[in-house]
Amino acid sequence: MAVTFDGGVIIGSDSRATRGGEEVSSKTINKLVQVHQRIFCCMAGSLADAQAVLKTASFQLNLHSVQMEAPPRVIAAASLLRKLCYHNKDELQAGFITAGWDPQKGPQVYVVSLGGMLISQPFTIAGSGSTYIYGYTDAKYRPHMTREEGLQFVTNALALAMGRDNVSGGVAHLVVITEEGAEHVVIPGNKLPKFHDE
Amino acid sequence: MQLNGCRSFRSMLGSPDISLANNAYWGIPSRRWDANAWKRQSSSAEQLPVLMSLFGGEMSLLRSPLQPPSPGFSFDLTERNAVLGRLLEGSPPPRPVKTGTTISGMVFRDGVVLGADTRATSGDVVADKMCAKIHRISANMYCCGAGTAADTQKTTDLLASNLALFSLNSQRAPRVLMAASILQDTLYRYGGQIGAHLILGGVDYSGAHLYTVGPYGSVDKLPFVSMGSGSMAALGILEDRYKPNMEVEEAKVLVRDSVQAGIMGDLGSGSNVDLCVITAQAVDYIRPYQESQYTNGRNRKYKYPPGTTALLSEKVVPLRMELVTEAVQRMETH
Repeated sequence: MAVTFDGGVIIGSDSRATRGGEEVSSKTINKLVQVHQRIFCCMAGSLADAQAVLKTASFQLNLHSVQMEAPPRVIAAASLLRKLCYHNKDELQAGFITAGWDPQKGPQVYVVSLGGMLISQPFTIAGSGSTYIYGYTDAKYRPHMTREEGLQFVTNALALAMGRDNVSGGVAHLVVITEEGAEHVVIPGNKLPKFHDE
Repeated sequence: MQLNGCRSFRSMLGSPDISLANNAYWGIPSRRWDANAWKRQSSSAEQLPVLMSLFGGEMSLLRSPLQPPSPGFSFDLTERNAVLGRLLEGSPPPRPVKTGTTISGMVFRDGVVLGADTRATSGDVVADKMCAKIHRISANMYCCGAGTAADTQKTTDLLASNLALFSLNSQRAPRVLMAASILQDTLYRYGGQIGAHLILGGVDYSGAHLYTVGPYGSVDKLPFVSMGSGSMAALGILEDRYKPNMEVEEAKVLVRDSVQAGIMGDLGSGSNVDLCVITAQAVDYIRPYQESQYTNGRNRKYKYPPGTTALLSEKVVPLRMELVTEAVQRMETH
């Protein structure tokens, strides 16, 4: 999931990768990939497809930024992902959330779905565990949150989703992106907030 | 998978204008997608074309290594497979040798330890009791392979060749990250058809690294990992006793214990335990680290003393060689 706050954007994910929905192949996989200094992407779907698409997209984004002699816009990163996902939709099974900060439009969140739809939202959730937190996020989101409120919002939402979805779990990876740069926060599973878990 | 002329996502990864990284490999052999291969497959097999198609597929692999990889799948060998299928009409086709395997690896204080069992199975039969599953990639990197034995061997051999070429061309020692990237790109391009589940470990200038690469092309960097049919058994041991920055002897014992758990708990794993300890100073390839306790000694003598077969006559023909020419060629050494 990703959410904009006042001055930046927070992108967060869980860290579980499963094989066939039965076996956890990795407990600590980092689904947040840095495609540029202030642009991060969160992957969903097939790990191999998502990694391959992100490798291609971050190369193309880098080349684009060198040609433009300027840091790339967040929409540029999201558009590259959308182009790859849409034109190869028959073979790929990967979706992305792109979040970042650029000087032109500030903090932005884009979601690229499985078939290649691209939309911009103030906050977005995706993945199998997202179905359990639509109500929570709709109720609790407020525009212009502070950084601490934003972190609490994302942490709570991830904890609730990981608590209910069997294929989500592990640790919570969060990245806070502002004009100053990107900061990676990792919250281990036992330090996540508990909601009537006893 | 698109079988018409459209370029697929996987084919795009191989084309030079999209991925510069592929050009930097300097020599993954080209595999071409040929639109006519499907049509030729259905034609009747005559004797001469059979032989040509048997060798034609292999010849494509012997092209110059200094070409960037061509996009797409290669169907060069489909004709040969179709012919072989017709020759074997009625009898079941040969099953590929799989390594029902336990391989594991972990990072310790000074480097990485990789471990593997040594059993290769073909269905329910043990095809090889002393199979070597830890493959050398370069002086500082080794790779364990599980899955289809031929796929792991060929993939790691190709990787080793390409990295050697890269080293010679760039005068640099390759990083473990580069090897993992090359494996990822190769395996992704074949969409999981290459059944190679790999654990790549090594030490480069930036430290000790351990990667796992799946057959579909997913890469994960971990402090400890196990793969193969015995991976669940091995992972239990590793999860229980792994600590960061262990000493080398403790690490060797832990990896040996994890592979042993796979050997005892999984039917596809067995025989000996091989270990490979890689540090910045040296590589210790211990084969075997532990021998199987269940081998039978040979019960009979299979050597026959000289004279068992009667010698009727003896004729010695000396081969006379003539010195035709002698030439000295100086090598340019500075």
